[in-house]
Amino acid sequence: MACIIQVDDVAQQFGDRVIFKNVSFTVDEREIFVILGGSGCGKSTLLKQMIGLLPPKAGRISVCGHDVTTETEAVRRNIGVMFQSGALFGSMNLLDNVTLAMAVFTDLPAAARNEIARMKLAMVGLTDAALRLPAEISGGMAKRAAIARALALDPPVLFLDEPSAGLDPITSAGLDELILELRETLGATFVVVTHELQSILAISDRCVMLDREAQGMIAMGKPKDLQAHSDIQMVRAFFNRESV
Amino acid sequence: MSNAALHQNGDVLAFSGDLVAKNVGGIWKSSIAAAKRAQAATLTIDISGCPVIDTAGATLLLTMERTHGGDMHLQGAETQGTALLAQLRKIIPPPLTRQEEQRAAREAAREARAPTALENLKIRIAFFGETIVALLALPAKLRYLRGSNFAHIADNAGLKALPLVVMLGFLIGMILAFQSAIPMQQFGADLYVADLVALSLFRELGPLLVSVILAGRTGSAFAAELGTMQVNEEIAALTTMGIDPETMLVLPRVAAAVLVMPALVVAMDVSGLIGMGVVLMVFGFPASAIIGQITFAAGPSDFLLGLFKAMVFAAAVAMIGCRSGLTAGNGPRAVGEAATSAVVGGIVATVLLDGLFAVLFYRLGL
Repeated sequence: MACIIQVDDVAQQFGDRVIFKNVSFTVDEREIFVILGGSGCGKSTLLKQMIGLLPPKAGRISVCGHDVTTETEAVRRNIGVMFQSGALFGSMNLLDNVTLAMAVFTDLPAAARNEIARMKLAMVGLTDAALRLPAEISGGMAKRAAIARALALDPPVLFLDEPSAGLDPITSAGLDELILELRETLGATFVVVTHELQSILAISDRCVMLDREAQGMIAMGKPKDLQAHSDIQMVRAFFNRESV
Repeated sequence: MSNAALHQNGDVLAFSGDLVAKNVGGIWKSSIAAAKRAQAATLTIDISGCPVIDTAGATLLLTMERTHGGDMHLQGAETQGTALLAQLRKIIPPPLTRQEEQRAAREAAREARAPTALENLKIRIAFFGETIVALLALPAKLRYLRGSNFAHIADNAGLKALPLVVMLGFLIGMILAFQSAIPMQQFGADLYVADLVALSLFRELGPLLVSVILAGRTGSAFAAELGTMQVNEEIAALTTMGIDPETMLVLPRVAAAVLVMPALVVAMDVSGLIGMGVVLMVFGFPASAIIGQITFAAGPSDFLLGLFKAMVFAAAVAMIGCRSGLTAGNGPRAVGEAATSAVVGGIVATVLLDGLFAVLFYRLGL
């Protein structure tokens, strides 16, 4: 499998406060890669760097062969992002939220855009909600709609920020299944930021764990291996729900 | 990525190139039309020339099948997108009916509908009444108020508006003096420009202009701040804690606006007079003559009436700003609408009240 994302020796700090340093890993094609760690360890910051919203203080990130800092536009044509809050446009119904990128970046006629968008919404289980406004749907539906919007142009890489946050266990499990299903049908690569243990074990092929105290990554590998064999106290605590 | 194209070989519709979102736009309509024209009971589509098919491509194929009305047979279906096609076939949504679209449009219109004039009037009267009740009950609820918050609001509404008020006052004074001095000079009455500008500023323009500035700066800020709190359910949180928003949020804002208003009006009046003085001095009048003329023409009652009016304007602008924020709807658009409503409402109320005062002062001989 080809490497599709490469993170080399990346660092971030705000003022004198170092968030993380020396973070390096690669993500392979069709892989579901999870970035995990406790609150404040820099998971979302790293995600922002990977999608080109925050330039790294040091190091280099490339997505689909393009440097995130210098070739940001090329990177953005190859990614879809689901933000933690969903970030759906409140004045547009779900159909319009999904068709927006198609209207801007393709020459598809309006009827075609609507057909494709409704197909995307059907893929995430929102067939009947296409004409509803974001304010009229539940949190779980908003997350699904945000994934449909991220899928609008079938990008090869999808970044999901805390997809399970704030959801009940059943909805959360449904979302995990959806991610696995989309990987199978679309052949997409997923980078998921989460600290939901059940989700990590359910979907992740590999994961990297960041730690605030260590100011960087402390472990990387398959989640089941980390759970069973890691000798790092923080990793054991995270996976086995032990107190530190 | 190769461009997609459609070729017709007898009864077979053959695609070539990548069937992906960026490519299929140009062939969408012709493909649907070709599927509609196809006579055979089974629509045969050759996709052996398509290395990649994404959701858009798969949707095109499924839409062609639906348009044709019969079965679809895919030739050369060993490409990447066939699994996706099979998956989409299972979940393909039924076409939207006209009734569904109309119902959704009606629901959206109902959601977005602005209150009628009568509903608006009711909201305003209710809000005014609630604020008065909150004011009367204030002695028992003093602990709801936070001094630092009040100081912060007063600082934003007053001190931070001061440079703008001084600059506008100075310019207005200069413009008024200059515009009136030239025609009055023809009658040798150019010194009376001081009377005209001083009276205008003290009784009308000072309070009116500061009130407009207050509506634009502070009223809109109140509306946006409280509107955001409303959207984020912070107002609901306050209410469920048993703290009424009128006491905690509205009264400090109204009090701060009323308190800073006289200071702003004095700043506007003084800077306006200075602007006028500069122009008259350019016309050759000494400062002592200008000051003498001002004190002769305008008395303390003119100045105090202006201050009184300004304080009433400030209360109205602040209350309208707070009302717009607290009655904001949901979503980010609601905050913008609340701010607009605050500015427009504040300016309209100021002008209406000014007209009312003009009649009242005339009747009272003031």
